[in-house]
Amino acid sequence: MKEINELMNRAKLEGVLGDPETASLFIDNNKVLSSSGVEGLVLNLKERKDGVDVFVRVLPGAVIGKPVHFCFGILHKSKVQKINMNITLEKGAVMNVFSHCIFPRKDPSRHLMQGKIVLKDGSTFRYFEKHIHSEEGTSKVYPHAVVKVGKGARFLSDFELIGGRVGLVDIDYDMRCEADSSSDFISKIGGRGRDVINVRETATLSGENAKAVLRSRIAARDETRAEVVNKIIAKAAGAFGHVDCTEILQGNGKVKAYPEVEVLHPLARVTHEANLGGVDNRQLETLMARGLSKTEAEDLIIKGILS
Amino acid sequence: MAILSIKNLNLEKAGKRLLDGISLELEAGKTYALVGPNGAGKSTLAYALMGLDGYREIGGDIIFGGKSIRKKTVSQRAKLGITLAWQEPARFQGLKVEDFLLASCGARGEGIVEALERVGLDPKRYLSRAVDKSLSGGERKRIELASVIAMKPKLVILDEPDSGVDVQAIGKVFEAMDYLRSIGATILVITHNMRVLKKADRAFLLCDGKLIDESKGGDVAEYFKERCLKCPRKNNPIKGEAGI
Repeated sequence: MKEINELMNRAKLEGVLGDPETASLFIDNNKVLSSSGVEGLVLNLKERKDGVDVFVRVLPGAVIGKPVHFCFGILHKSKVQKINMNITLEKGAVMNVFSHCIFPRKDPSRHLMQGKIVLKDGSTFRYFEKHIHSEEGTSKVYPHAVVKVGKGARFLSDFELIGGRVGLVDIDYDMRCEADSSSDFISKIGGRGRDVINVRETATLSGENAKAVLRSRIAARDETRAEVVNKIIAKAAGAFGHVDCTEILQGNGKVKAYPEVEVLHPLARVTHEANLGGVDNRQLETLMARGLSKTEAEDLIIKGILS
Repeated sequence: MAILSIKNLNLEKAGKRLLDGISLELEAGKTYALVGPNGAGKSTLAYALMGLDGYREIGGDIIFGGKSIRKKTVSQRAKLGITLAWQEPARFQGLKVEDFLLASCGARGEGIVEALERVGLDPKRYLSRAVDKSLSGGERKRIELASVIAMKPKLVILDEPDSGVDVQAIGKVFEAMDYLRSIGATILVITHNMRVLKKADRAFLLCDGKLIDESKGGDVAEYFKERCLKCPRKNNPIKGEAGI
């Protein structure tokens, strides 16, 4: 109970437990602390030595009314936490998930998320992933997933670091998008110290009129190194993809972006825009002309970019 | 009493003299217009007054409130009560209008709703929007003006506040200028708009980085219309031809 309280407090999830209409899952290291389902959602769990296998299935046509809450923590000393996340939304199902990943330990911790997400035809899945790491930059996290977005399905993933330092974040999402589907992936991460940020997002638009938008918002302060690879392959008529990458550099860090776009059908279209560099001088001067110091102005501009 | 005195202001960039011996004074609470052809040095003078990067290495001096601000940074000048609204305001990815306006209020954190209303924008619709490319040019200009109002400055430099603003909204820009004046702000407005010019107590005419004329707003407007617009030697005046 102590661990659940700590996770809930850090994630500000008061009221989640005990609500019969809210499904939730709390894991600390390789232990399932609590789990609860709701009608239309089937949750199976298997603890392993180094993590937990999670199986989530949303039944055909089921609309999960309230957001589902996942909370993964490493509160005790551990070499690694591996979560194998298997999520299937059956035809027409709808689910929103808020996933808090909390790694506050000062000693090194490593979290590996291997996701396999299957969105069947006409389903909708929105995944809001919020990370809180240690202030010492000792967390290493690897959110990896393969996502199959079925015909007419909708997928949204929103990754955000909301507390602590990055340490190392290595995001790798591979989305395979069928006809009339829509996928939107956004990552917002601000690094400092000697943090390392790697983002690889791939969307393969294999069905007609499939759409995908890959957006990255990165701020690299101090000696942070950030590398973003956004890849979209458009294979079918009416397919549309867009890559939008902003990386702000402050200090002695390094930012790289590799927009990789491939169009294999004359009626498909992919666009990309990248904006890498320091904070824009005009923006800085505008805020300084209202009385902010240079540092305050930079922080506000970055806050906007990462919001 | 002069709130701002510019004394023999010179500025060179890349070997070109952009401001050439400008001296003028602004009295507290009055409105001044700065007119002149494109490239005359109007915006350059505004940037030098605000102390922007690349515009601080000046000859001469700028006295504000009785003290030289020559060596002060943009932030320091703003804290003294000087501010600038750009002709083409910056856009900020993701930054909410609310946060943008709050940045102008300092610790007070108040007055942002009123500031938006004063420029004719509905706070309910605009506070949560981003100050980014989703706003039209006119909306962005009015939000810029709202942030100036929220700051309650002593000296406002407005660089063509009416440009890009639609006909319906232009009245709100004028009202905002009137409001700034009513709270005691001194206004230096760069403009090509005769209506704006006529609102000014005094006007300065710049040409080729030099102050050519200073008079009542209407007089300078007439001079600008009759002489400058027809002048074949724009930004290359013959010495003595149009002296003060």
